[in-house]
Amino acid sequence: MFRNIGEMVLLFVATVKALPWACRERRKIAEQLFDIGNASLFMACVLSLFIGGVLSLQSGPVLVENGIGSALGNLVAIAMCKELAPVMMSILVAGRVGSAMAAELGSMSVYQEIDALRTLAINPIRFLVLPRVIAISIAVPCLVVFSNLVGWLGGAFVAAHNDRIAVPAETFFTSLREGVDPGDVVNGLIKSFFFALCAGVICCHQGLTTQGGPRGIGRSVTKAVVNSLALILILDYILTRVLLPFDNGFFA
Amino acid sequence: MSDSRSTGIPLKVRNLRKSYDGRVVLQSMDLDIAAGEIFVLMGPSGSGKSVFLRHLIGLEAPDSGEILVGGERVGPDIDQTRHRLAMVFQGGGLLNSLTVEENVGLYLREHRLKASEEINRIVLEKLALVRLGSDDAGKYPSELSGGMRKRVAIARALVIEPQLILYDEPTSELDPLVSLTIGREIVNLNRRIGATSVVVTHHVDLAMGIADRIAFLSEGAIVALGTPEQIRSSPVPLVHQFLNAEFKEA
Ligand SMILES: Nc1ncnc2c1ncn2[C@@H]1O[C@H](COP(=O)(O)OP(=O)(O)OP(=O)(O)O)[C@@H](O)[C@H]1O
Ligand SMILES: [Mg+2]
Repeated sequence: MFRNIGEMVLLFVATVKALPWACRERRKIAEQLFDIGNASLFMACVLSLFIGGVLSLQSGPVLVENGIGSALGNLVAIAMCKELAPVMMSILVAGRVGSAMAAELGSMSVYQEIDALRTLAINPIRFLVLPRVIAISIAVPCLVVFSNLVGWLGGAFVAAHNDRIAVPAETFFTSLREGVDPGDVVNGLIKSFFFALCAGVICCHQGLTTQGGPRGIGRSVTKAVVNSLALILILDYILTRVLLPFDNGFFA
Repeated sequence: MSDSRSTGIPLKVRNLRKSYDGRVVLQSMDLDIAAGEIFVLMGPSGSGKSVFLRHLIGLEAPDSGEILVGGERVGPDIDQTRHRLAMVFQGGGLLNSLTVEENVGLYLREHRLKASEEINRIVLEKLALVRLGSDDAGKYPSELSGGMRKRVAIARALVIEPQLILYDEPTSELDPLVSLTIGREIVNLNRRIGATSVVVTHHVDLAMGIADRIAFLSEGAIVALGTPEQIRSSPVPLVHQFLNAEFKEA
């Protein structure tokens, strides 16, 4: 396992070193971005709507009973933008896109396509890993912005239409506007960027190190997704802790 | 086009050893291959032929020993050497996400060695060498037959204008006629560009037909080496069995 981590760090370093080539690979980055959006935008929308909704549903009645129903918008919005949107979008993308990356690179390893690239003196990291990691690191924060908006709408909808809550949308959004500052959103975006970066590197690493024929591809995909999820959640705690001092107005 | 017939480079292997997880796959190989030679490597399945080829092009690092290609040591910093080496993989190793044309032109395009129209011209020219037309150029590897895929892989290797070209079982899984064509192409290409060729094959007839010399590998060691005639009359029992077994099957 420690060897794996070491290899991943090396892959990450190699990817960073390949960054100057990013401009040349922009076509591939764009293709990857398109693929990611295509694969996850609809799911992101549905997920966010329901996450926002359930946040309202769970906390709304309690707040209303205590007479602070007007703070619901604030609570839902903060939970969404600082925690749930970054984590859920990263998990969604790791599951939908990361798994596909691991499978694609895995089959390329198994069918000697990567060896072939090497014999053509083409660096597989620049050619394959760089565009994917860049694309995923751009795509996830974008999805988080989108997810925030949809999640807030979902929360507002449930708040307004559930009998036990009945907080009008206007109150909800007023509280949201007062309670959330851009720093909170940026906080979530920073987290999601690192989640995506890690997921991208893990999935590419699993793909590149696939061994043992078509069966190995399945194994790689499973490992890629499971490891990504674990790391996203662990990293979530660490990043939240690290970003804590910057709360309350650093970005505002 | 490369004009000279003397572009081939010699190959020296000294005391090459490799083991995986304590299992010895290559044991102390020594080999000299002359410039422009067609050298055929035969041997039972699992005897280390593919592993040997992968060492020659720097895809694997030996445990000990060295490989000199044209006097240059094949090692981790092999890049300059690589530009003159090409390998045709057993399954072709074509990139499935790229068309035939893109696969063949990949090397030139990625290294920005030529202008775009020039690359297109070269690609068609190399495809023609392996008898593929421009109508195949736009297809994806999955739309080709196994034999065509292998020929595309050869075309892609040729674009490098290689001085050393390695073929890993170029005729496995092909019908005898296509095998024959590929065998002829290997010889033709060798004549035309003079590249040193190392061919791994299980086809005895093909080997006898094209080889300048044949080496017989068993459990990671060379047990017989010589011209096709010498190999035919080799006293080594394994070689004898192997050749005759294959003849009966064929
Ligand atoms: N990456 C690897 N890790 C562990 N063992 C390996 C690896 N590559 C090859 N081997 C082992 O090395 C031995 C030789 O394999 P190799 O592929 O060279 O055989 P081969 O002579 O090409 O056989 P075939 O004719 O079937 O292609 C095999 O026993 C194989 O299990
Ligand atoms: Mg082999």
